[in-house]
Amino acid sequence: MKPPAFDYVCARSLDEAIDALGRRPGEAKILAGGQSLTPMLNFRLAHPGMLVDINRIPGIDAIRDDDGGVRIGTLARHRAIEVSDSIRKKFPILTAAAAHVGHLAIRNRGTFGGSIAHADPAAEWPMLALLLDAQIEAKGPQGARTIPAREFFTTFLTTALGDAEILTEVKLPALPAKTGWGFEELSRRPGDFALAAVAAIVTLDGKTIKDARISMGGVGGTPLRAPGAEALLRGKPADAALFEQAGKKAAEESDPSNDVHATADYRRHLVSVLTRRALTSAAEKAAQG
Amino acid sequence: MSAKHKISVTLNGKKIEREVEPRLLLGDFLREEIGLLGVHHGCEQGVCGACTILLNGDSVRACLMFAVQADGAEITTVEGIGEPGNLHPLQQSFWDHHALQCGFCTPGMLLTSIDLIKKYPLENDEQIRHGLSGNICRCTGYQNIVTAVREAAPGLRAAK
Ligand SMILES: Cc1cc2nc3c(=O)[nH]c(=O)nc-3n(C[C@H](O)[C@H](O)[C@H](O)COP(=O)(O)OP(=O)(O)OC[C@H]3O[C@@H](n4cnc5c(N)ncnc54)[C@H](O)[C@@H]3O)c2cc1C
Repeated sequence: MKPPAFDYVCARSLDEAIDALGRRPGEAKILAGGQSLTPMLNFRLAHPGMLVDINRIPGIDAIRDDDGGVRIGTLARHRAIEVSDSIRKKFPILTAAAAHVGHLAIRNRGTFGGSIAHADPAAEWPMLALLLDAQIEAKGPQGARTIPAREFFTTFLTTALGDAEILTEVKLPALPAKTGWGFEELSRRPGDFALAAVAAIVTLDGKTIKDARISMGGVGGTPLRAPGAEALLRGKPADAALFEQAGKKAAEESDPSNDVHATADYRRHLVSVLTRRALTSAAEKAAQG
Repeated sequence: MSAKHKISVTLNGKKIEREVEPRLLLGDFLREEIGLLGVHHGCEQGVCGACTILLNGDSVRACLMFAVQADGAEITTVEGIGEPGNLHPLQQSFWDHHALQCGFCTPGMLLTSIDLIKKYPLENDEQIRHGLSGNICRCTGYQNIVTAVREAAPGLRAAK
């Protein structure tokens, strides 16, 4: 099919984009990489009266070092994240996950902020934003504000952003020393959305787990943390039996549904296996670092 | 009806100007308005890869962009990489290794592979298969496409 008719504004600044969105409240939509929005238009699942293209706003695609962490501009393409040296150095979990985001042609065009704003529960960037306690920055008619990732993803494909608000930048705060990561995903074919994915980071103090975080994708209406499993790990010596137990706990905390791709039971089983693997790999890396 | 926008695009090395409606997909623009019939629309949701073109040198789906967004861009379609009697080395390799049957997926396979060879080491067949996983072929079983890419890659790298 072909997209419905819409008016098109090519914004040259954030303020111009916010202004354009504000003029057609509820009717205007932002066009970033278009890798999720355009299919929806082609199938007429969305009927925005106006698209506000942000691709030509200068500077909003920058990836910058910040206070030991990184700030990722909303328009940074998936491919730019895949090859960024500062991300490879500070958040190699993003570099590893980037290879799972669609295919090269999708990564060349799709954007980091677009993926987070789209908030697909099986997408890589939203679950990693949640894992890394990202600070999501937005700008709208009322000014700028910062939304913690934990409050950002509200329900399926829905976020805390207002109608005329633009996600501008995502801050990933520095990770403590002796922290390792693991990222495990299962999809039917490379480039498909995950049936289930688990990301974990583990911080060690000697052999003891000082802190652990677990984020799950594709097993709920939003990406989910596994607070029970995280609590179970804290303060205990890292070992295989503990990771097995944490995997089971995380599976209990997931909330998958049945669909054509997999049953809820299978997805829950995947969570327990992928969590165990992600934690094992995270603890190994933490011990080396 | 929404207002038309004027765009100027360098298409396979030639500059053109047109007025387009915002909802016109880049792929439809290239096919219907310019007559570049090598741009094949299969799924119109980015999954099949048949409409892949090069936009400023990067592979992108022509079904997931609007023509109006291409203003100022350089676009290469399969018509721009070679022609009968003067095939691109990768096209020649597809010929030599029987890497196509019906040909529907071929333009997307070629342009995707050109970008893959530029950006990834493609050290083994598994990596080539992974790279081509976003392009669907219903005839060949992929074997010969993988062979064609593997055999052409070193020459293309050396030529740069
Ligand atoms: C074949 C295919 C396979 C894919 N596989 C994967 C995959 O495996 N994993 C994965 O994560 N993704 C996958 N994707 C989706 C892809 O990553 C998209 O790029 C991403 O979901 C959306 O980013 P975008 O920049 O393309 O946004 P767009 O499509 O332009 O926009 C998506 C939505 O977000 C809104 N939006 C965009 N930017 C902003 C902003 N700055 N502020 C507020 N709202 C905004 C838009 O209005 C729209 O509602 C796939 C896509 C395709 C076509």
